[in-house]
Amino acid sequence: MNSDSIQNPPTDRIKLGPNDKPVRPFIMPESLWGKLKVWRFIIYRRIVQLGTLLLFFGSAHWGWKLFDAPILRGNLSSSEFLGFIPLADPFATLQIFFAGHILHKDVLIGAAIVSVIYLLLGARVWCSWICPINMVTDLAGWIRKKLQIKDTFKLRRKLRYVILGLSLIVTWLMGVAAFEWISPISIFHRELIFGIGTGWIAILAIFLFDLFVLKHGWCGHLCPLGAFYSMLGKVAAPLRISFDTPTCTHCVECVLVCPEPQVLDFKLAGGRHMISSSECTNCGRCITVCPEDTLKYSFINIRQKYTSDTSTKQTITPRRTT
Amino acid sequence: MAKTKPSRRDFLVKMARNASLATASGSLWAYLLQQQAHANNLIIRPPGALQEKDFNAACIKCGQCVTDCPYDTLKLATAHDSVPIGTPFFEPRKIPCYMCKDIPCMNACPTGALSHDLKRIEDSRMGLAVIDMENCISYLGLRCEICHRVCPMQNSAITIEHHPRKTSKHSMFIPIVHSEDCTGCGVCVEACPTDEPAIKIVRADMVQGKVGEHYRLGWKNNGEITQDFKAPKRKEMEEDKPASGLDYFNQGESE
Repeated sequence: MNSDSIQNPPTDRIKLGPNDKPVRPFIMPESLWGKLKVWRFIIYRRIVQLGTLLLFFGSAHWGWKLFDAPILRGNLSSSEFLGFIPLADPFATLQIFFAGHILHKDVLIGAAIVSVIYLLLGARVWCSWICPINMVTDLAGWIRKKLQIKDTFKLRRKLRYVILGLSLIVTWLMGVAAFEWISPISIFHRELIFGIGTGWIAILAIFLFDLFVLKHGWCGHLCPLGAFYSMLGKVAAPLRISFDTPTCTHCVECVLVCPEPQVLDFKLAGGRHMISSSECTNCGRCITVCPEDTLKYSFINIRQKYTSDTSTKQTITPRRTT
Repeated sequence: MAKTKPSRRDFLVKMARNASLATASGSLWAYLLQQQAHANNLIIRPPGALQEKDFNAACIKCGQCVTDCPYDTLKLATAHDSVPIGTPFFEPRKIPCYMCKDIPCMNACPTGALSHDLKRIEDSRMGLAVIDMENCISYLGLRCEICHRVCPMQNSAITIEHHPRKTSKHSMFIPIVHSEDCTGCGVCVEACPTDEPAIKIVRADMVQGKVGEHYRLGWKNNGEITQDFKAPKRKEMEEDKPASGLDYFNQGESE
């Protein structure tokens, strides 16, 4: 990684990256096939998100069964897979524990299973591959980009960790799971499966907030569940976006599409050969827009990462333009 | 980072500001929870539910009880219902609880908000049936007794008492609810023929009083009253059985 070539203005009109290769912009292919290839992870994510929703809905309303048991009984807060594998939202379970209830073993096993699943994948795989609110905020983000709406104000992304801490304190003081009682994620998902009430108002609020007030406002700044999974991801979560350092020209196309652009820290990524921050949601947007194929999904032994790269601790913000 | 070194005063002010913001929003959050989680005491919960406060703390709002209910009795509260959001409840007038022997809703509960301690559905106490004596047509003098006949706790949770009527030779058939057997399933509420049901399920603690231990009911001979006094034992069955007409007429005649 030498940054001299960026600091020195290029001699001719073609900009050069730090690897002395010309910076190429991302160009959307003309053909439909090419477009679908660029959108492939968005399509996969929608299939997984809607498929999960459909499995819950089908098991609840159409009696979908496999091996004589409902496929997915319950909702994303807690459920039972194939009638005997309990699953539970670990953050909801933690809140109920903080509320002072002695938990039944089913929910504890369920929360443990879900935690292990996300520890074996990437922690925030939840956010971009399962969470139903992601579809709402992605839609808001897309419209926002089309209309070129500017932020009303700025918030710090660390705010979500404050909300996470606050939710546990309020839970402990009030004796009820504080975030679960207002969580738009739970409300949206629950009402989609068990009947629509007035929960859509909460969804509308998030949509409008993300659309007009703050870019990636909910998922990127406020949501304590995302913060919880980020913290879980610090423990393990080997599914990361790998970063092929020599090919990167710092064209920042990835930063422009990333919902958590602070994770695309080129200096850190260059040293570690991956996007190491657990705030990365593994949505795969950056992979398909990269003109140099620098970024890829990989399973990485993160133990190795922390032993080999203890020196590159300092962070720099990504350069937007040179 | 070529800023001037922040003074201690700035640092303290900043800390105080952030702490106040957190406290203010935390208090608002707590206030909203207080409003929501303790909104309604009239909710009928599924069998085995903990006390309302503990139930609200323990319920993860997953709806597995709802999915497993074979009669579609249970519903999850939306923000529209005046029930804490996401928690299961039922409205007996629409669909009552039919008291499945295997209690699938309770067994589906992953957190124990529906306590798995309940072994027989007959022991569940979802609520207590209460009769409006002014609007019950049996009390008005008509023959009805529908609640008595549909009651799954046959002839124990609801019994019929015969009362003489002043203006006619016919008796009134009065339904009486017994709290020691009523599970609060609400089958009677659904069956009640009046426009607005004259029998309703309410949470038992909303209508039941408590006698207090210092009241000694001397005519009840099922317990010690004082150390030196024991009520004479009665043969209850014989006393309560009405004497047959023949015996009445022949009383004192024989021998």
